[in-house]
Amino acid sequence: MAKANGANGSGKLTRQQYLDLYYYMRLNRAVEDTMVKLFRQNKIVGGLYSSLGQEAVSVGTAYALGKKDWLAPMIRNIGALLVKGVPPRDIFMQHMAKYDSPTKGKDGTSHFGDLENLHIVSPISMLGDLIPVMTGVAIAGRYLGQKIVAMTWIGDGGSSTGVFHEGLNFAAVQKAPFVLVLENNQWAYSTPVKRQVPLENLADRAKAYGIPSYTVDGNDVVAVYDAAREAVNRARHGEGPILIEVKTFRRMGHAQHDPAEYVPKDMRAYWEGRDPIALYEKFLTGEKLLDEKGKKEIAQKIDALLSQERDFAENSPMPPPEFAEHGVYCSGDDCHKIRPQWERPVAEVTPPKSSVAAVWSVEGFGSGKSSGGGSAPIHFGDTQKADHNGKVDAEVPEAIAESIEAARSNPRAVKSTNSKSVAKKSSKPVASAVKSKGQAGKVRR
Amino acid sequence: MATAAQETNLKPAAATQVTFLEAIKQAMYEEMERDPAVVLIGEDIGVYGGAFKTSEGLLERFGWERVIDTPISESAIVGAACGMSYLGLRPIAEMQFIDFIVCAFNQITNFVAKGHYLWNAPAPIVIRGPAGGGVHGGPFHSANPEMYFVHTPGLKVIYPSTPYDAKGLLKAAVRDNNPVLFFEHKFLYRRIKEELPAEDYTVPIGRAAVRRPGRHLTIISYAAMMHTSLEAAADLAKEGIEAEVIDLRTLLPLDEETILTSLKKTNKCLVVHEDTKTGGIAGEIAAILCERAFGDLDGPLMRVTALDTPVPYSPPLEQYFLPNKEKVLHAARQLAKY
Repeated sequence: MAKANGANGSGKLTRQQYLDLYYYMRLNRAVEDTMVKLFRQNKIVGGLYSSLGQEAVSVGTAYALGKKDWLAPMIRNIGALLVKGVPPRDIFMQHMAKYDSPTKGKDGTSHFGDLENLHIVSPISMLGDLIPVMTGVAIAGRYLGQKIVAMTWIGDGGSSTGVFHEGLNFAAVQKAPFVLVLENNQWAYSTPVKRQVPLENLADRAKAYGIPSYTVDGNDVVAVYDAAREAVNRARHGEGPILIEVKTFRRMGHAQHDPAEYVPKDMRAYWEGRDPIALYEKFLTGEKLLDEKGKKEIAQKIDALLSQERDFAENSPMPPPEFAEHGVYCSGDDCHKIRPQWERPVAEVTPPKSSVAAVWSVEGFGSGKSSGGGSAPIHFGDTQKADHNGKVDAEVPEAIAESIEAARSNPRAVKSTNSKSVAKKSSKPVASAVKSKGQAGKVRR
Repeated sequence: MATAAQETNLKPAAATQVTFLEAIKQAMYEEMERDPAVVLIGEDIGVYGGAFKTSEGLLERFGWERVIDTPISESAIVGAACGMSYLGLRPIAEMQFIDFIVCAFNQITNFVAKGHYLWNAPAPIVIRGPAGGGVHGGPFHSANPEMYFVHTPGLKVIYPSTPYDAKGLLKAAVRDNNPVLFFEHKFLYRRIKEELPAEDYTVPIGRAAVRRPGRHLTIISYAAMMHTSLEAAADLAKEGIEAEVIDLRTLLPLDEETILTSLKKTNKCLVVHEDTKTGGIAGEIAAILCERAFGDLDGPLMRVTALDTPVPYSPPLEQYFLPNKEKVLHAARQLAKY
């Protein structure tokens, strides 16, 4: 899938950036390998979710963010947390429910955040809720003049939630500096993507919100990074939210308990042959950015770090039981330290400068096109003239035409009234820029 | 640009009678003047000024970035308000009718309410809107959904009964570091007036008020039913029954001490609320009295509440559904006999 495309993409990475991407993917995998070991030793409390084979998604997208930008991970985005600067010990301790973990044992997995320093918002288990929350982060950042971008991830399954729609639609009307990564790993627990969404490319959903989208090979870290960087730049410059669909594959079950026997063998085999780290190593070796010695050095560096981090985590105490009672409310003077960081004159948002006329300006009204092609005050787009003779559209297949005729003669038995949507084969996929580039891209050294 | 007339109109005028609705608007206006971190977000709140005109004139004064009209997306409204608060803003989110707050239930109960406990992320947002029945709004524009949220640790729930409290508590809610749900009884919006102080003031969250002192029994109520309870207490006094009337004002956290102090004096307790009976705050108060003041009780805790049904539409049905003065008098007379 990886194709050369040096036009505006991979050619912009430096040698260090290429190696960073590699380091974080390796670190992502090593952290999770370590946790599988801890899980088998019964040291993990609760479930363990794997992003094996999806490391390029978490790392490639988060790497496109700046230090001041905000992100909110999902369960399989530990790589994004590592890129943002979370130490592995925090991830270990979260999973081990230790007192020194970011949530002090009150929640597990990737459910933690850091408002003050790293700008990470904690997820909750209910999918989609982060989309409006991160839209709010993006709007607040713009309001304060900070020029930040907010990014979060959603799965193929999570894209079916109502709040996905509410959040993305609101982000779109607000033109919020927000990037949504739709991580299509093809399985929502045991349900394949085709049973969730009747679309070939989930990026096509962007069309409904009037926002741009990309579809990217999620196992090609450079392609993912290229798309993410472009999206982040566009969002930062006021183009509004952008949807990036990354196609990848969940190689493990939903969590450790799930052997995922519902996944077809050939499907698994195909994706196991496209391991993102192996693909990237091949690319880096070909570009002479990495040799066996360099690989070994990185492996040793990660081993040393993780053994240290793991020791720290294992030595951390469990929380004292009575701690369960503390912290429901923010009370006292220092429980809320977040102050707005103004990077624009406050005078712009206070009277008299903030004052406006309370009227809607409805753009374009009066310059529309009627269904017959003539002028009309409202745009009827490409709709067709209704057929008032009661005849069914010639394009309608016979079986459906019959049921429509039957419905007309007996209106109470109407099943489907929208003959057009049934009849017309879905139009061509929306012109979303399909990005599949990077591995063979040019290297700037 | 806002005209001078508009500004004058919005500014609190000393020594004038102010409706409940105007008190809400004044609170928002003054908080927005005081702190540029305060923003409004909701449906039809900007150009239109809100379905009940509670934000009328605020867009003109504070602009598009601070008075944010949204799509019909309650989850997005609450979610976005939460995200905004993470950068230090203090959003006030409006539910056009508080009935619609359940559309954002997950966002409120799982995201907003749990943030501080789980990951030290307070979400200082206010979610406010018109609640309650008696105006023939029907089953989806008359509800009292406060108890869904009183059952949620991490939230504060306010339901005031007077313009003074509405203004002072709304300001306190904006300045509070926790998520606050603020219920406004729409029956009271234009029906009661009160003179408000010209200077800035707040009313403390979590404190009940004794509206009428008495010694024979305690009537505990809030919102519109507080006024019904006061009317009943005036009638009871003519019969020689002196009822103490407590206005809860805040339902979460509940002011247990004011309740217990009153009960020690009267030894009898009647709870009156417009919320439905099962799972209403009366049940919680009964449990608190059993746990903490069992020896002080000279009679059963009694309750006058709405029926355990949806709010019906047709006036005779709704009238039958709602508590009223007669029902309160009936229960109080029975209780006084113990």
